[in-house]
Amino acid sequence: MTQSVVVQVGQCGNQVGCRFWDLALREHAAVNKKGIYDEALSSFFRNVDTRSGGNGPDIYKGKICSLKARALLIDMEEGVVNEILQGPLRDVFDSKQLITDVSGSGNNWAVGHKIYGCQYRENIVEKLRKTAEHCDCLQCFFIIHSMGGGTGSGLGTFVLNLLEEEFPEVYRFVTSVYPSGEDDVITSPYNSVLAMKELNEHADCVLPIENESLFEIVNKINQMINSGKLGSTVKQNSVVTSSAGSAKTLQEKPFDAMNNIVANLLLNLTSSTRFEGSLNMDLNEISMNLVPFPRLHYLVSSLTPLCTLADVNVPSRRLDQMFSDAFSRDHQLIQADPKHSLYLACALLVRGNVQVSDLRRNIERLKPSLHFVSWNQEGWKTGLCSVPPVGHSHSLLALANNTCVKPTFIELKDRFMKLYKKKAHLHHYLQIDGMEQSCFSEAISSLSDLIEEYNELDATKGGPRIDPSRLKIAV
Amino acid sequence: MSIVTVQLGQCGNQIGHEVFSALCSDIRGTHGLCSKKENESYCDSCKERFFCEEESGVPVARAVLVDMEPKVISQTLSMAARSGHWKYNSHSHFCQKQGSGNNWANGYSVHGPRHKEAIMNLVQKEAEKCDRLGGFFTMMSMAGGTGSGLGAFVTQCLRDAFPTSFILNHVIWPYGTGEVIVQNYNSVLTLSHLYQSSDALLVHENDVIHKICAQLMNIKQISFRDVNQVIAHQLGSVFQPTHTVGEGSGYSRNPLGDLMETLVPHPEFKLLGLRNIPQMPENSLAYSTFSWPGLIKHLRQMLIANAKMEEGIDWQVRPPQHGSSIPSTNKPLHFNTSIANLVILRGKDVHGVDLGSFQDPSLYTSWLNPRDAFSAWKTPRAFNKYEKSASLVSNSQFLLKPLDSIVGKAWNMFASKAYLHQYTKFGIQEEDFLDCFTTLEQVISSYTNL
Repeated sequence: MTQSVVVQVGQCGNQVGCRFWDLALREHAAVNKKGIYDEALSSFFRNVDTRSGGNGPDIYKGKICSLKARALLIDMEEGVVNEILQGPLRDVFDSKQLITDVSGSGNNWAVGHKIYGCQYRENIVEKLRKTAEHCDCLQCFFIIHSMGGGTGSGLGTFVLNLLEEEFPEVYRFVTSVYPSGEDDVITSPYNSVLAMKELNEHADCVLPIENESLFEIVNKINQMINSGKLGSTVKQNSVVTSSAGSAKTLQEKPFDAMNNIVANLLLNLTSSTRFEGSLNMDLNEISMNLVPFPRLHYLVSSLTPLCTLADVNVPSRRLDQMFSDAFSRDHQLIQADPKHSLYLACALLVRGNVQVSDLRRNIERLKPSLHFVSWNQEGWKTGLCSVPPVGHSHSLLALANNTCVKPTFIELKDRFMKLYKKKAHLHHYLQIDGMEQSCFSEAISSLSDLIEEYNELDATKGGPRIDPSRLKIAV
Repeated sequence: MSIVTVQLGQCGNQIGHEVFSALCSDIRGTHGLCSKKENESYCDSCKERFFCEEESGVPVARAVLVDMEPKVISQTLSMAARSGHWKYNSHSHFCQKQGSGNNWANGYSVHGPRHKEAIMNLVQKEAEKCDRLGGFFTMMSMAGGTGSGLGAFVTQCLRDAFPTSFILNHVIWPYGTGEVIVQNYNSVLTLSHLYQSSDALLVHENDVIHKICAQLMNIKQISFRDVNQVIAHQLGSVFQPTHTVGEGSGYSRNPLGDLMETLVPHPEFKLLGLRNIPQMPENSLAYSTFSWPGLIKHLRQMLIANAKMEEGIDWQVRPPQHGSSIPSTNKPLHFNTSIANLVILRGKDVHGVDLGSFQDPSLYTSWLNPRDAFSAWKTPRAFNKYEKSASLVSNSQFLLKPLDSIVGKAWNMFASKAYLHQYTKFGIQEEDFLDCFTTLEQVISSYTNL
C-alpha cells in the first residue's frame, strides 16, 4: 500500500485542504469500525503515539492512537492556517508541518515564487523530507492551490519544481483553482500564466477547477433540496457540498460548500488506491492511461451523484442515470464542453455496488455521442472500487483528457495579453529580484505551444479516418 | 505429476483463486456418477496435480502468488482460508507496495529484474515439493502492467531455470472496449515476448465469457467474479484428470506434456482456444439432459464456424470439399481451419462416443496426418455437477481475428506515437515495439495461410 502527501499552499489551497482532511476522516470513520489503524488509513494518515508528547515513533499496527495528516501547510499569511489550528482539526496537524509568514504575497506570483521560494527553500525541503521519511512507500504528492493569487500560485509552483528535483520518482498531481473572468484580482491573468508554465513542465497531472462550476453545483443542490420532492428526504451526509458528519459542525463559511466538492474529488480519485475492488485503479495508472503526450495532462473532472435521496432503493435505471450525469456539464468542475470537443482519453472510477456489466452497458450507451481521437477510439480506462463514499451506495468520478480545455486556456491567454500589451502592473513583477521580461515571454510562449498542441489534435476531429497501413510480412 | 501455478497480477490472482476453488469443490462433491474406485482415483490424481497435503489435512494449492501491490493477494489468501476446504501456503506469495501502473515496461524492465530472485525462490520451493514436476501454469492478463509485463519476464525466467519443463500460459484478453487505454500496447508486448519462452498460450477473451454469462448463465448484473467462475469451470474441464490412452489405464500422469504434444506440433503456432459445453446456470442442471451425439455435433460446428458458445452457431458454414487439395485462398469464408484439436469428454457413458466427425481431414490444414491432428481424452467421472461435459482445446484460427484486431489498434496508436513516452522512460524503445509488431504480424500471417 502506498502513501500520499498533501501540500496545501496559500489561502485557497489551505481552505480546500482543510475540508479534504475533515472529509477523509469522516470517510475512514465510516469504513473503519474497529478503530484499528489499517493500510487504507495509512495512505493519508500517520498513527502517532502521543504519550511521548507527540514525538514518539509512528505506530504501524494496532489500535488508532492519534492520527496525523501527511500534509504540509504553507501560507505566507497566518490567518487561514491559524484558524485551522484552532479549529476541530487541530490535533490532526503537527506543528512541524507548517510554514507560515506574516505579510502575504500581495497577489504577486513573483513574490511567492522568487522571494518566498528562495527564502523558505531549505525549510520546505527539510519538512518534505521528514514527511517522506514517515512513508513506507511514497507514491504521490497532491498539491492544492489557486492560480490567480500570489502564494498558492507562485510559491505553490515553486514547491512543484522542488518536488520534481528532490523526489523525481514520486507523482505530482496538482489541483488548481483557475480564476474566473470576473476575478477581483486584477493581476490574476499574470499569475495564472506564469504558473501554467510551471504546471506544463513539472506536473504529472493537473485537475483544473473553476469557481463558477463549483458555485453552480452548490446552487443546483440547494434547488434540489429546497424543491423538496414529496416523501423523499436528502441524506445530509451524502451531499457533495456538505460537511455533515464531519468534525466541522460550526457555522459553515461560504466557500466551505464549494471546497467540499473539491475535497470529494480527491477522495474519489484515491479511493481505489485505498480500498479494495474487483478492478483496481491506482494513481500511477491514472497518469499512465490519461496522459498520451507529456504536456497534455489537464483532466476535466466530474462527480456524480451530487446527493442521494434517503429512502429510495436504486434500480438499474438510476445507476445508468449516474453515468449520463457524469457527462453532463452540470457535474463538471470546470466550464467546458467535452461533448463537442475531442476526447483523447477518459477514465471512469466507480465506487460501490456496481459491476463490470453495468460499466460496459453504459460505455456502449454513451460512446456514440462522444468524439474520440482516431488513434484512441476505445480510449476508456475503468476502475471498480467496492467501498462507496459516505452516504451513497455508489458513485462515479469521470476524468477526461479532452481538448475542451483549450478555450479556457485561450481565454486566459487573452486576458493576459490585454494587460501585457499595455504593460499594466508589470513593474510590480519586474522589480522582484530574479524576474525579467523573459519570464513573461517564456510563460506566454509555453501556453501558446500548449494551445497549439490541442489545436493540432482538434484538426483531426471529424476528418476521414485513414488507418496507417500495417507492416507487410514476406510469406 | 504436479503442476505449479503462478498467479500474476490482479487478474491472475482473482482467477487463480476461482480455479482452485472449482477444482476443490469438484472433488469434494458426490456427483461423480461413476464407481467409487474411479472416483477415488480421480480425486487422488487431482490432489497430486494441484494440491499438497499438510498436517492439518486441508489441501494446500501448489501455487505462487505474485503482485506488485498488496490488496488483491491479501484478499485472495483470506478468501481461500475462509473456505475451510483448501488454502494457499502462507509463504508462497510475493508482493510489493506500488503496483505497475498498467505499464508493461515497468512490469518487465523494472519489477522483473528487481524481484527476480525472490520470485524464483518461491517457485523453486513449490517445484521442490512436487514428487514429479509436470510443468508450470501461469495465469495473467495482457492488459495491465504486472500480469502482462512482469508475467512475460517471469515466463522467461521459468524457461531459463527449467529448460525442460512445460510452460503453459493462461492469458486473459481484455474487453475490446477499454478496461485499460494502453491495453493494446501491453497486449502486443506480452504476446510477442510470451511467444519466445512459452510452450503454448491458452486464451480466454473477456468479451466472450461475458456473453456466456449474459446469454447462457442468465446473470443480470455480471461481476468479474461471475466471469472468473465461468473461466475456472472451463479450465477445470481441461485440467481435471482424464484417461488419455484408452480405457483401463490410469489417469494421465503428464497432462501438460500430453497437451503440448497433441496440440503444438510447430513452434510458430502456439495460440490455443477453449470451448466448453454445455454451460448453464446451476439450478437448471437438474432439468437438463444431453446426448453425446448432440454435444459432439454442436462442438464440431462451433469449431468449424468459430462460434464462441453454443447459442447462435452458424450452421451454414461447411468444411471445404472432401478429398481435393484446396489452396487456402479458395477455402470458404468463415471456415475455421485447424492445426490440431483435443476433445475432452467427462461423464456418463463416455466410452462409446463416436468422434469420427472430428477426424475429417477437411477440418485440418494439410501438413499433418488427421490421425495425428486429433486426440480425445475421456473419463466417466462427471465434472462439476454436469452429467455430461465436453471441452474442445483447439489450435486453429479461433484467435486470428481477435489477434489481428489488437495488433491493428495498437499499430494505429503507435503511428501517432501516443503514450510512447510512458514506455521509453522505463527502457522500452520504439525499436522494441517494432520488433514485437513484426513477430505478431508473422504469427497472423502464419495462421491466415493455413
